[in-house]
Amino acid sequence: MLKAFARFRHSYEFWLLAGILVVAVVLSVMTDTFLTLENLFDLLTENAYVGILCAGLMVVLISGGIDISFTATASVAQYIALTVANAFPIGWLGVFLVACAVGTTLGTINAVVIYRFRMVAIIATIALLNVYFGLLIVFSGGSWIYKLPDWYMNGVNWFAVTGANGYTYSLNLQIIVLIFAFGCTWLLLRRTSIGRQIYAVGGNPDAAQRIGFNMFALSIVIYGYLGLMAGLASIVQAQLAQTVMPNALVGRELDVLAAVVLGGSSLNGGSGSVLGTILGLTLFALMRNGLVLVGVSSYWLQAVTGIVLIAAMSITAIQVRRAQLVRRTGGAK
Amino acid sequence: MTISSASRIGLIGIVRPGGGYVYQLGLSLLLVVLVTLFSVLLGNGFTGRANLLSMAVQLPELGILALAMLVTMLHGGINLSAVATANMCALTAASILTAKIPGADGTMSVVWMVVSIAAALAVSLLIGLLNGAIVTYAGVHPMLATLGTMILIRGWSLGLTHGVVISGFPEPIRFFGSGFVFGMPFGLLLLAACAVVVAVILGRTPFGAAIYLIGSNERATEYSGVNTKKILFGIYLLSSLLACVAGIVMMGRFNSANSSYGESYILVTVLALVLGGTDPYGGFGTVSGLVLSLAILQVIASAFNQLHLSAFLTLAIWGLLVVGVSAVTVVTRRSRSSSASDAVR
Repeated sequence: MLKAFARFRHSYEFWLLAGILVVAVVLSVMTDTFLTLENLFDLLTENAYVGILCAGLMVVLISGGIDISFTATASVAQYIALTVANAFPIGWLGVFLVACAVGTTLGTINAVVIYRFRMVAIIATIALLNVYFGLLIVFSGGSWIYKLPDWYMNGVNWFAVTGANGYTYSLNLQIIVLIFAFGCTWLLLRRTSIGRQIYAVGGNPDAAQRIGFNMFALSIVIYGYLGLMAGLASIVQAQLAQTVMPNALVGRELDVLAAVVLGGSSLNGGSGSVLGTILGLTLFALMRNGLVLVGVSSYWLQAVTGIVLIAAMSITAIQVRRAQLVRRTGGAK
Repeated sequence: MTISSASRIGLIGIVRPGGGYVYQLGLSLLLVVLVTLFSVLLGNGFTGRANLLSMAVQLPELGILALAMLVTMLHGGINLSAVATANMCALTAASILTAKIPGADGTMSVVWMVVSIAAALAVSLLIGLLNGAIVTYAGVHPMLATLGTMILIRGWSLGLTHGVVISGFPEPIRFFGSGFVFGMPFGLLLLAACAVVVAVILGRTPFGAAIYLIGSNERATEYSGVNTKKILFGIYLLSSLLACVAGIVMMGRFNSANSSYGESYILVTVLALVLGGTDPYGGFGTVSGLVLSLAILQVIASAFNQLHLSAFLTLAIWGLLVVGVSAVTVVTRRSRSSSASDAVR
């Protein structure tokens, strides 16, 4: 137990947690609205779909790949699933099944293009982002869907409890799916052979290939999984927004990437954890929420986000470089 | 650092795109086929002067931004902050112009115009220094470094302006985006000038040679006595300056500046570069290839516009084109060498 703590103290996650605690304490002291159950619930609900996307993108980054197209994938999945839901009584299960099927299909297309055409992942997915998004706007005419089934608009509210202030606390759709997504990702990465293979590929792709991993199948799992998560996130986001907007998500892909990177996933592959990603996202969300509560103009949120991101990346990179230097010189320095 | 890490992005190795002259010949052929096809389909409407001029509207800013991206991609990096830089420079110039010009008389207004452009260039140099410092001294992967600065710069512009559009510039500033010289749009001439300057820097100077060398093997370049840190700083300064020029062209064309103009250009410029044969891992790529690919993309966009097809369909076709060209490159390589061993790096 003590040993585990000592190891944790030197990990990147520890510093994230420290950062979160500092921000949380400062906010609790400075405002009396931050540390209310109401605010924390709202925060969780608002950021849920970003978190689900983060969970999927993290898997891709761990494998040493990258995918920019997931926002377009989500928009396509959302549009198709809810158009179907408007026409047929498919219920919750049906909506999620359609969205996830569409997402997984597009993710698989990404994997096939990257693997078969030997394209650099970022180039292939930028190209496919444009293809998916372009075709979506052409076929949908860019129109929004306002009218959605009642059961969908009402959402899910498990264990609803109404507080003294009239605010209803419940396990809503956003929070349930968020927990499900992180749980699945943790199981995939930590409790399956495929998860170990994903880390191995990210650590050293050549070695993984020579050991005899089926790289094609593995890449389909990895990019398909992000597609699946994009499908989940899309349904959650549309429920929160109460409309389907084809252009709501595209353009935010780099912000999601930033949150995952802040969570400790490296673009070089092989590193990244569910805990780190959750903490990274939490830090982002707390800072944005906190700045608004403290009274900083919301126009400055992005700039602060950028500064924190640059600082975190620079410190990590410098530490990695030092560690490499120590290894190369045999610890002489 | 950059090489070993950049080569990991993507699950597996890739085929180097842009096999030199053969590839560029293929691109030229594609361009000729497209122009012929659309000329037959659209008749005079396509080759007419009005259409050629309309083609030249969007091309300058996209092209100059692509040049800004090119110099970074040649060393194996990328500059995601290019559009944010362009917007911040435009906003800097715009706020000086709108504050000082209305009350200034003839000579003073000229002075303020020069000052505003100089201030924009100074801002771009500062951003270039910031990018260079994060990439060289902290050793952050260029994609992450410029992602961070993109969010910072965009956020800074947004914070200072509160997302407001600043508009209404004097005639000489608008000239950058919408003026004509000898019947040619000034923006297009500026793009040509930038392309020539970048081509000369890349092809005829030790600095340019060093960029290609770093793109091929950064450590070997360093061990052979090149000050790679200095070169990397140079790359990001040059990239920022080009982005600033693009920003000024953009503000001239729109007669306004805003923190969120042209955000879709970031990804499109990357597509244009790859279509033009630039290796995303660095070391290979030319200005001439880029010019060819820009021409192809613009011909498609204009033809689709004349056929009254959606601009988003154009976007989708651009994406398919890049995937298609990569597929063709892979297939031709495979048929040329029976073993797949050289296809996997």
